[in-house]
Amino acid sequence: MKNAVGREIPAHISGISNTRLYEGTSAYTPAHTGAGKKLRAGKPHTDKILKSIDEAIEKTGLKNGQTISFHHHLRNGDYVMKMVMECIAAKGIKDITIASSSLSPCHDFLIDYIRDGTVTALESSGLRGQLGKYLTKNPGALKKPTIIRSHGGRARAIEAGELHIDTAFMAAPTCDRQGNATGRIGKSAFGSMGYAMIDAAYADKVVLITDNLVNDPVYPYSIPQTQVDYIVPVEAIGDPEGIASGAIRITKSPTQLLIAEYAAEVMDETGVLKDGFSMQMGSGGASLAAAKFIREKMEDQNITGSFGIGGITGIFADMLKDGLFKACYDAQTFDTTAVKSLSENPNHIEISASFYANPWNAGPIVNDLDVVILSATEVDLDFNVNVITDSNGICMGASGGHSDTAAGAALTIIVVPLIRGRLPMIRNHVQNVVTPGDDVDVIITERGLAINPKRTDLIEKLKDSKLPIMKIEDLQQLAYAFVGKPEEIKLSDDDRDIVAVVEYRDGSILDVIRKPLV
Amino acid sequence: MIKVLKKTAQAGFEEKNDLIVEVSPLQAESGIIIELQSPVKNQYGSHIETLIKDTVAAEGFSDVQVNVSDKGAWDYTIKARIIAALERGMA
Repeated sequence: MKNAVGREIPAHISGISNTRLYEGTSAYTPAHTGAGKKLRAGKPHTDKILKSIDEAIEKTGLKNGQTISFHHHLRNGDYVMKMVMECIAAKGIKDITIASSSLSPCHDFLIDYIRDGTVTALESSGLRGQLGKYLTKNPGALKKPTIIRSHGGRARAIEAGELHIDTAFMAAPTCDRQGNATGRIGKSAFGSMGYAMIDAAYADKVVLITDNLVNDPVYPYSIPQTQVDYIVPVEAIGDPEGIASGAIRITKSPTQLLIAEYAAEVMDETGVLKDGFSMQMGSGGASLAAAKFIREKMEDQNITGSFGIGGITGIFADMLKDGLFKACYDAQTFDTTAVKSLSENPNHIEISASFYANPWNAGPIVNDLDVVILSATEVDLDFNVNVITDSNGICMGASGGHSDTAAGAALTIIVVPLIRGRLPMIRNHVQNVVTPGDDVDVIITERGLAINPKRTDLIEKLKDSKLPIMKIEDLQQLAYAFVGKPEEIKLSDDDRDIVAVVEYRDGSILDVIRKPLV
Repeated sequence: MIKVLKKTAQAGFEEKNDLIVEVSPLQAESGIIIELQSPVKNQYGSHIETLIKDTVAAEGFSDVQVNVSDKGAWDYTIKARIIAALERGMA
């Protein structure tokens, strides 16, 4: 059956109980009650601190077939998932579902545990590295397709009871002996614990793994002791090199800078740039570079914004410090400058993934965004955006907050080069849809901009603009004139070759990722 | 008049949007044999092979082994590198 973005979805996907198809960005309204929290009764004066991860696995009673979760705040420096999986495998526990808020190349070791049956299912924001390649080429390696969710979609699925976590193993850069934990300090500090907050609040059992156990009470805490069953001190939870990059700098690429300049100009000419405006910038080169031009315009025109959301980088933290914005909401802190800002600047506010983007609460902050600037791996003539598979159909990215912010923002700008290497980035149909075109307003390339024809208001506002505004079909033809029209990748139409199911943020099925036949 | 390559020769660089072309003489009647490695082979493989064949033929050669290691070069670069390699092979 075809869903509302024109994707052919099988009526039943083996191993996936969800059959609700995507019907539109706000087509579905929930009318049920969400998940409850399993009750526990902590005894007075009991010690939560255990000697080893092995002991924690014993105490939680982890069994074959259960679901465990991790957060990805340690990004590509994470040691915790590997430490936990080594213990689980050594105990001979099989058929585990890993529900991590995302996966990085440091998790390529999972291939071995998938091969030996320790891990049989994955739920994640993304699939990257060798693991992404392996699963794309061997969809049968897991007992069911990987479920891909946005950050808001994952928070929603947990709170709604669609993703039930038996045990959450949460890396904590600092925690006290009661389990009050923070990511702001410690040798492995990574900033906000936004993703971890949801797991800690809803998992049946919560184990904190820390490399900085302190005796004094930790405050402010991101995870409260009321949610923590056990604490395991370890030597190191991650590699600082992989956790947070040094200060992220603005790109020097002339193409990226031109795209960024156009993005700032669109914001200016459509009247978004005004006192009290709010924004989010994605983590790509051009979207971050837009900050440079936005800042110039804000300073020239004496504009003070209301708030920013992130994915916070030092680039935004500096704008906050310099008074260009009143506050920023942070679910994930990207670099060392931003980690410092979260610790020191009271206007830098830590939020959970649910506060950030869960479509099924009364008000995620993305709903109040005036503008978001996002990258893409490719876009299409219907303005759909792919950020999960590359041009050869291999899983190499993550859904992240892309569809969440695009849905919430009044103006969604996609920045993407017209051509990468030799490949035109405006396709007839994207390989996979992560963000539906209905949520995308303007696509900006270095050769020109296209406005979604549904946004007649924007077309009107920009009708006298000097910006190189074109029809998206003409932009595509421009790329073809340079590099020729690419041949389409052939995909398997066998339903056993479904690698992953891409859920829209409301849990409906937006797309399936099929194995490429190459 | 059919040209015959004198020796193996190379042109190009291992850079993004560039390619390394290596041409070698083959015995008469062997034809133009192409070995193509490219990150865009799925999208442009047959187009690039036709371009290589046409360029080599237009330069007047008929028996050449062409090994190409491409990194997403555009047509004009591919053409220029092939012509350069062939000229070097005649020096």
